[in-house]
Amino acid sequence: MIYLQVFLSFLQIGLFSFGGGYAALPLIQNQTVYTHNWLTMTEFADIVTISQMTPGPIAINAATFTGMRLAGLWGAAAATLGCVLPSTIICIILAKLYYKYREMSIMKGIMNGLRPAVVAMIASAGLSIMIQALYPNRGISFTAENLDFIAITIFIATLLVLRIFKLNQITVMAAAGILGGAAYLLIH
Amino acid sequence: MKREPESRIRLFLTLMLSTFKISAFTFGGGYVIVPLMQKKFVEELKWIDEEEMLDLVAIAQSSPGPIAINASLLIGYRMAGIAGAITTAFGTVMPPFIIMSVVSVFYIAFRDNRIVSAVLKAMQAAVAAVILDVVINMAHNIIKDRRIFSVLIMISAFAVSVVFNMNVIFIVLICGAIGALFMRPDKDTTKEKTK
Repeated sequence: MIYLQVFLSFLQIGLFSFGGGYAALPLIQNQTVYTHNWLTMTEFADIVTISQMTPGPIAINAATFTGMRLAGLWGAAAATLGCVLPSTIICIILAKLYYKYREMSIMKGIMNGLRPAVVAMIASAGLSIMIQALYPNRGISFTAENLDFIAITIFIATLLVLRIFKLNQITVMAAAGILGGAAYLLIH
Repeated sequence: MKREPESRIRLFLTLMLSTFKISAFTFGGGYVIVPLMQKKFVEELKWIDEEEMLDLVAIAQSSPGPIAINASLLIGYRMAGIAGAITTAFGTVMPPFIIMSVVSVFYIAFRDNRIVSAVLKAMQAAVAAVILDVVINMAHNIIKDRRIFSVLIMISAFAVSVVFNMNVIFIVLICGAIGALFMRPDKDTTKEKTK
């Protein structure tokens, strides 16, 4: 039964993808392209491209896309459920442990060590998004021509608006999308 | 802690709607959800403090599966137990689920559309600014505490992750171990609260 098959496939992806985002890519490719031949390599590459363009985790995007192609909306639901189920169970267990033991000295020590690391991880993810956005044609040669000046303008303007006026992030992002998108269409 | 039925409904509604809205704007990978959640749950609603938020993100990283889903699950669990976790997970999954269901039908037209790609390119630059804004605040709070170990961990974790592209799992294990060994409150010699 196809529903059970996609469910079990994405259950494995959900269970074994540690480290988020791109760590899940080889697992998804393995399940959907090589093991089951559900997608062609081109379709898989398209999922990666579309995932970068749409919100949400790549594993969820891939699950919905694959399930939809194979068995319509219910297929998409089965795949997505499979993808989320392991996280749900494991996170709830970890949260229970955390709230039970967080007053313990060793637990406080571990968390004291992890907190600055989390900030560093967010900064590192931010840096790669920033390079991708502002300098999309890197690797050819380091020249100013390869910098995306519209993106740099949007980046600086957004940062100033956020830091000075403390506006809501989602409003700012939507406005940047509309104004910046119009700028790209007009200039290029 | 018993809540009035009406305010309980409101709590679940807020959990569902805020995670739905946040998830719809989580472009560019799991960590983008952290600044948005920080703004909503820490600064706006004041449900948890920043320290607890960072702890929940650390747990989200230590668990398999997408970080955005895990972080939502943990906030939901913190606010309203297992039912809360299911509510926030649902709210987080729905935007990509809806968008991808539609896109999977028209995906070639979507991928090649000029307007779509112009708007998304502009939003990517804005996302980078949103993350930088929150990172500045968070890093400032870490440095303000004046703990040598915290600052060292922050700088070296950033360096190994950028330069060597080290898997987060190793970073979590190493930093957790350093914390357990040197940063326990009862034997903490590193905290120097000097003026």
